[in-house]
Amino acid sequence: MTDPFITLRDICRHFQVGDETVHALDHVSLDIHAGDYISVMGPSGSGKSTLLNALGLLDQTNAGSYRLEGRELTTLPEEQRAQVRREKIGFIFQSFHLIPRLSAADNVALPLVLTGMPAAVRKTKVQQALAGLGLQDRADHRPAQLSGGQQQRVAIARATIMQAPLLLADEPTGNLDSHSSAEVIRILEALNAQGITLIVVTHDTDIGKRARRQVRMVDGKVVADEH
Amino acid sequence: MKPQDTLHFSYQALRAYPGRTALILLAMCIGVAAIILLTSLGEGARLYVIGQFQGLGSNLLIVLPGRSETTGGAPPLIGTTPRDLTLDDALALQRSPAIKEVAPIILGAAPVAYESREREVTIMGSTPSLLSARQLELASGQSLPDSNPRVATAVCLLGETVWKELFANRNALGEWVRIGGSRFRVIGVLAGKGQSLGSDMSDMVVIPVASARNLFNAPSLFRIIVTAESQGQLAQATQDIERITRQRHDGENDITIIAQDSLIGTFDNILSALTWALGGIAAISLLVAGILIMNVMLVAVSQRKAEIGLLKALGAPTAQVLRLFLTEATLLASAGGAIGLLLGLGGVLLLNQAVPDFSAQPPLWALIAAVVITFLTGLLFGSIPARQAARLDPVAALSGR
Ligand SMILES: Nc1ncnc2c1ncn2[C@@H]1O[C@H](COP(=O)(O)OP(=O)(O)OP(=O)(O)O)[C@@H](O)[C@H]1O
Ligand SMILES: [Mg+2]
Repeated sequence: MTDPFITLRDICRHFQVGDETVHALDHVSLDIHAGDYISVMGPSGSGKSTLLNALGLLDQTNAGSYRLEGRELTTLPEEQRAQVRREKIGFIFQSFHLIPRLSAADNVALPLVLTGMPAAVRKTKVQQALAGLGLQDRADHRPAQLSGGQQQRVAIARATIMQAPLLLADEPTGNLDSHSSAEVIRILEALNAQGITLIVVTHDTDIGKRARRQVRMVDGKVVADEH
Repeated sequence: MKPQDTLHFSYQALRAYPGRTALILLAMCIGVAAIILLTSLGEGARLYVIGQFQGLGSNLLIVLPGRSETTGGAPPLIGTTPRDLTLDDALALQRSPAIKEVAPIILGAAPVAYESREREVTIMGSTPSLLSARQLELASGQSLPDSNPRVATAVCLLGETVWKELFANRNALGEWVRIGGSRFRVIGVLAGKGQSLGSDMSDMVVIPVASARNLFNAPSLFRIIVTAESQGQLAQATQDIERITRQRHDGENDITIIAQDSLIGTFDNILSALTWALGGIAAISLLVAGILIMNVMLVAVSQRKAEIGLLKALGAPTAQVLRLFLTEATLLASAGGAIGLLLGLGGVLLLNQAVPDFSAQPPLWALIAAVVITFLTGLLFGSIPARQAARLDPVAALSGR
């Protein structure tokens, strides 16, 4: 058997709120293989977002080991964490997090701009990505001129433009109607079919059940892990 | 991230918040314009005063009656009331080999009339030496007679303005004008010299000193202008004036001698200090602008926390976030500095046109300082919030914490 794409061992994350310590992640251990499709569910406050932020290197952890492609990430300095985020991880947020003053195309191009790719090369890549998501007519629109579903598709284009192997989505349909939700899920599953490792946090059991592997969290612990 | 992309990104960010950008630009360009305007004023004042003194001619000493202690001291005791300076006192000074010319001066005002026209002007009684000592030139005619200064002759020289007013540009030489109650023949017209130490030399009539003594019925001199043989003889001349006058005044040292050079030096120092002080005040205003910039940038950083979090989530290194914000600060500083420079120089130009006698110009050091301070404040006060932004954890920033 090949080494897992991701191994989490006894990851802990706690927050000090007043004199109380909240254990948002309490010794979480998971093996995730390349090409997996995982949903994370659980009650509110169970640590789903905290887990995804730890996987996306958006947040620190307090203890445990996180290895991605065999490389230990918890001890990396910030510069190299930024590089891993840039090259290995795409992140999709519930509230899209597009930059309001930039056009859809410029939002999608942002990760490429950060790597220093020349503008001409960027342009064709962005056009292809937008076209792939049915947004070719919306390239010059600002986020405020787009529907929620369209904004989330722009965000997906941005998260995948670097062709990172890992795609993390924290309630990607939380702000969308059922039609747009279905559309977004269809796109994410298509990406997974092409080989990307997909982890989706969701409250929607219908969506959660679609994943090949379903992780359930309660009080910072993984209580069920169904393959 | 490529430099042109960084620049473009920062430029777009500045355009996205026009109110904030305009506020910072305003603060910057007021600061820079203030430095340029204030130092120009100071420098202009300095040049103006020095020009006035140099209009007097160099090698010049001015002898005034009365002892003025510049270092303070008790008021004069009874019985030491200074003697007046007389024409004889002045003529006695010519004995000193260090002294080239002596021009005794009596000053008064009287109506001057020609035909039906009349004008109240300053009358200066002196000798021909006055013209060379004060570097006055004749536009036409001849100077005062070089004869015995104790003898009154009824001749006069007209200042340019007086001539124009009374004669309406017609020939005045040989004509008789009435000054006070006496008739004087015009023998010369002075070339326009304009202002010299506050007295308008062109709105003036010069007559022999003895005639002025008669006209105003006053035996005492207003002052004596003395020129030394050379700049190096100024000290010797000063000593001689004191010695000769003391002899004539029963051993009392009751005159004041002002050397033009030391005056210039003093004024130069004072006014240079003034220029620096004005520059300093203006620099403080730029510093205040810098603090305003920092405040606005801090607000910008908290407004844009989510954006910073996003950039970091997308893998922007800390240094890149820092660079983006510093680029914004630099763009603001260059634009604000450039506009301020134009505003300041434009203001100086306007000022010079509005006040023709005054030629304000910004000293080079002020221009350089204004530009340097603008960039320093921009970078310094821009980098503090930028640092704060770059240190944020992506989750914390994304959730606006
Ligand atoms: N920055 C923080 N400071 C303090 N407590 C925090 C912080 N972030 C998360 N927590 C706490 O950690 C726990 C897990 O939070 P998390 O956001 O992961 O929950 P979640 O499962 O995503 O909930 P939801 O379904 O509501 O999004 C919660 O109790 C929360 O209050
Ligand atoms: Mg959550």
